Amino acid sequence: MENMIEIRWHGRGGQGAKTASLLLADAAFNTGKYIQGFPEYGPERMGAPITAYNRISTSPIRLHSNIYEPDYVVVVDDTLLESVDVTAGLKESGAIIINTTRDADYLKSVLKGYKGAVYTIDARKISVDALGKYFPNTPMLAAIVKVSNIMSDEEFLEDMKGSFKHKFAKKPEVIEGNMKAIETALKEVKKI
Amino acid sequence: MGIRERLSGNEASAIAMKQINPDVVAAFPITPSTEIPQYFSTFVSNGDVDTEFVAVESEHSAMSACIGAEAAGGRAMTATSANGLSLMWEMIYIASSLRLPIVMSLVNRAVSGPLNIHNDHSDAMGIRDSGWIMLFSENNQEAYDNLIMAHRIAEHKDVRLPLTVCQDGFITSHSIENIELIEDEKVKEFVGTYKPEHYLLNRKEPMAIGPLDLQSYLFEHKYQQAEAMRAAKKVIADVSADFEKLTGRKYSFFEEYRLDDAEIAIVCMNSTAGTTKVVVDELREQGVKAGLLKVRVFRPFPAEEIAKALSHVKAVAVLDKSDSLNAAGGALFEDVTSGMYVNNVNVPTVNYVYGIGGRDTTAKDIHGVYSDLQEIVKTGKIDNPYRYFGLRK
Repeated sequence: MENMIEIRWHGRGGQGAKTASLLLADAAFNTGKYIQGFPEYGPERMGAPITAYNRISTSPIRLHSNIYEPDYVVVVDDTLLESVDVTAGLKESGAIIINTTRDADYLKSVLKGYKGAVYTIDARKISVDALGKYFPNTPMLAAIVKVSNIMSDEEFLEDMKGSFKHKFAKKPEVIEGNMKAIETALKEVKKI
Repeated sequence: MGIRERLSGNEASAIAMKQINPDVVAAFPITPSTEIPQYFSTFVSNGDVDTEFVAVESEHSAMSACIGAEAAGGRAMTATSANGLSLMWEMIYIASSLRLPIVMSLVNRAVSGPLNIHNDHSDAMGIRDSGWIMLFSENNQEAYDNLIMAHRIAEHKDVRLPLTVCQDGFITSHSIENIELIEDEKVKEFVGTYKPEHYLLNRKEPMAIGPLDLQSYLFEHKYQQAEAMRAAKKVIADVSADFEKLTGRKYSFFEEYRLDDAEIAIVCMNSTAGTTKVVVDELREQGVKAGLLKVRVFRPFPAEEIAKALSHVKAVAVLDKSDSLNAAGGALFEDVTSGMYVNNVNVPTVNYVYGIGGRDTTAKDIHGVYSDLQEIVKTGKIDNPYRYFGLRK
């Protein structure tokens, strides 16, 4: 199925990886796509490794299994790199996007010889600068949209503005910061 | 044209309940169906429905409250999973024997023990002989559509039986997917109002419901239940035809996917059918004549129709997401094979128990089953009909 993109998210409980996967599903849905967004439920608790998934397609999605050979992997917390096999099954034609400030040599050493593209982004700095708090999921969402090219920057920004207005109807003061985090992330995610 | 949305299976079920706007919903939370009463209670608080929501202290009470409400003449709904259904067990039989058309959303999960919150069909299989109509759903869309059709089937004068709509816990209940909703007004018109013929709150007809029923009558009453279950087939077909007129979505007792010219076929229920369709398409591209029969109506069981639909294939695999632990085979396998036997259909058939306790079912697993079927066709041999896949050795 050439027209389907599969994405796997790795994060820790409480960082919003599940929410990010649902927001991505929403954004893709709003641009007319067929979507799936689902977490792998386990005994969740704050800080424990969690996995979430997205399928995005131009035709109806019938597969109902977890994703074993993703096109893209998003790592929301770089402390997982040494404990979770984040590149397992990851297609070499795809890419991994990591929230990290670690250097290329370190990343190479923990990515088990993965030959595809590696992108990094400092989601902590972006989030703290824009919001004054550490919410890595919004910058990571922007990063995967940019790298996977699921939709244009303009479509994405327009859609996020709408969903933040809805989501933060009672806290409109945080909308600007979140939009700023997304705009910065779209610019700062880079290939190493 | 419906409303394009994206919802989880639980959200879709709760929205169906909102559109149905029943008189009473009584429920107790249990994973993975908790969200259904949770979302529904929000609709109650917001005044979107005028349902009496009863936050009971157990599932036994949830079903008891539904029985009371339905016997009084109201329309009652609930939702549960696994051990919640186990705790309802006594009242499940009371509901069906009192001929109360309660509608329940059952989000399938493994029955303990040991404790497991993930999907299989052991909860549903526990009530397969209880006199409830049971519909299975591949995805959020089917869970929603089946609920919209449920009351028309259950409340029909020839039926008057409770009905449960099953979907796979987490796999579809917690996955956000595209869905097409029906406009509120159209649902209201389709479902209609409930006008029971006999009910407790009718002052003109004082009556008792569920008193002692000994040797002289219970047998006849059970026969009436069996007759109602047989009659349900026609009603299900009629309501599904009306639903197709409303939405364009066609529902039968089962879905035949590329089955008409298939040589090998899988029979399964719920979300696994979606994954199987993908594998069927892949095999067809390689020239392998694979097909699928997805059971939607499990009770009443369309034995004759299934036997006929499979009569031309060369080998069949029936997938059971619950092990009957009887040293003979799973529940769906036994129903399918006995249906084939009494209808003189003699096709080599094997059983696979799979996906127990949330063990993920992949396209690769399904490819393995079709490749076993090809081997059976080639050699004509079945060493062991009672098999497993996805089981670690």
